Amino acid sequence: MAPLPDATMLEEQIGQWRSYLRRRQAIHTVDVAELEDHLREQVANLVQAGLATDEAFLVAVKRMGDLDALSREFAREHSERLWKQLVVLPSDSGTPPAAARTDAVVAFALAVGAALLVKLPAFFGVDPEKNPVFYVHNVPLFVLPLLAAYFAWKRRLDKTLIRGLAAAFVVAGVFANIYPWVPTGSTQSLSALHLPMALWFAVGIAYAGSRWRHVAGRMDFIRFSGELFIYYVLIALGGGVFTGFTLMIFEAIGINAERFVQLWLLPCGAAGAVLVGSWLVEAKQSVIENMAPVLTRLFTPLFAAMLVTFLATLLWTGRGIGIDRNVLIGFDLLLALVLGLLLYSISARDPGKAPGAFDVVQVVVVIAALLADAVALSAIAARISEFGLSPNRVAALGENVILLVNLGWSANLYVGFLRGKRSFADLERWQTDYLPVYPAWAALVVIVFPPLFGYL
Amino acid sequence: MEINKDLVAASSTPIVLAILSEGDSYGYAIIKRVKELSGGNMEWTDGMLYPVLHRLERLGHVEARWEASEIGRRRKYYRITPGGRAQLSEERRQWQAVDATLHGIWGSLSLSVPAAAEPLPQGA
Repeated sequence: MAPLPDATMLEEQIGQWRSYLRRRQAIHTVDVAELEDHLREQVANLVQAGLATDEAFLVAVKRMGDLDALSREFAREHSERLWKQLVVLPSDSGTPPAAARTDAVVAFALAVGAALLVKLPAFFGVDPEKNPVFYVHNVPLFVLPLLAAYFAWKRRLDKTLIRGLAAAFVVAGVFANIYPWVPTGSTQSLSALHLPMALWFAVGIAYAGSRWRHVAGRMDFIRFSGELFIYYVLIALGGGVFTGFTLMIFEAIGINAERFVQLWLLPCGAAGAVLVGSWLVEAKQSVIENMAPVLTRLFTPLFAAMLVTFLATLLWTGRGIGIDRNVLIGFDLLLALVLGLLLYSISARDPGKAPGAFDVVQVVVVIAALLADAVALSAIAARISEFGLSPNRVAALGENVILLVNLGWSANLYVGFLRGKRSFADLERWQTDYLPVYPAWAALVVIVFPPLFGYL
Repeated sequence: MEINKDLVAASSTPIVLAILSEGDSYGYAIIKRVKELSGGNMEWTDGMLYPVLHRLERLGHVEARWEASEIGRRRKYYRITPGGRAQLSEERRQWQAVDATLHGIWGSLSLSVPAAAEPLPQGA
């Protein structure tokens, strides 16, 4: 191609076009590069056919298609880039301010509702200080139905689905309260621990609505969960500061606000924050970038280094893993954390991108965690007869197996992807297909474990 | 001749896969090939092809790589994968069934369907 006399002008125009395109959230820089190559070739061909450069540019841009339509097509294909906007508003017009206000009002009303519900048993004479287990056990039942209701309202779920969700919460309430627990038994605390996990699934169904059966719908819920966790931690930090000042300032005038903080501020704040946090995740998504994937990027290499060093040390020194009652739980948490790292890096990854260095690090983390867990499991298996099968140990073992299966197969899929034998979508699909396993196991612990172990 | 949007969308997968099974290619060349094959009847907006290519890439039907073009610009080339070839033969089976059905009915209707219009004048 001979240098055009008005090449500078063309460069300028292409530059403007490029920066205009970059403002579209659905079109990434690398796609802009691809489109730009296309545009330039089109221009060159039109110039060869006899058009002036500026005319050629106009025609080429016109043929590229209307930019709104183009970015809508990109958004449809790359919904993960836009999940925020797509989830919040189905149209491209932007939420009208009135709708945004209604949303906020509903969310805050439900938050107040959750805060009051938490206090409700106290009005009927159930003292949280005398019945802490009752409280802990039922708190998710005060909060999560309201969160599900928020999404049911927001997504305009159909009646059958709402009835099904309501039934799930009622069943959960029944199983949390009918069993004749032996006081201080472990099955009751296990049930209290697993109930929210099972109910979170119900929230997920309310969140994703009809998209629950799709990979994208489930992935959105995974993203939402991660973002909510981060918002919740931030709100809790703020709440801590607020509490500190409340205590300090009333202390100064000789009034002890500790009772108020303990009985009202903490429980009501913790319950309401779930709703407020969820509303924030929904409403402010486009303002703050997703944090969970950023943290994942930061910590995955650190965990990889730590786990590899751990394994090397284990081999080098020949040390065994010390078996005490918390070791299995510790390794469960390790696997859960590695799964979290994997999930959130999957959720933010462009599935079309070729494997890179970060993917290798990711595989190293998963395989190292699997190896470490295998060492721990074999140490425990060798002495399981000695320990006996307490409910806690069975629950911890079950969770270990569930996470091990997930990560084992994930490692296989991921290695397949690195070797170019599989697409990244397979890994994504495996993770989203596996989601129902966790609440199923949690429900099992809540419903079957207590009678199985004699309510101990 | 204006071809309806749904038809263009539905046929995009087999067309792109078939063109790529002739050899690796890139966006602009694929569009040119479509024009050529359709005698100018199928006009995709240029930009619309890329979401289709990206979807096929996500599904593992094609894979992409960046290469320098003959004049040194970075260009994204696409190649069909074995999975893509399998998909193509599946699509082909389905389209042949549709085609056979239509063919049967066109034959039995004595109506003369006006043949494809003259190719539209092309810019370049």
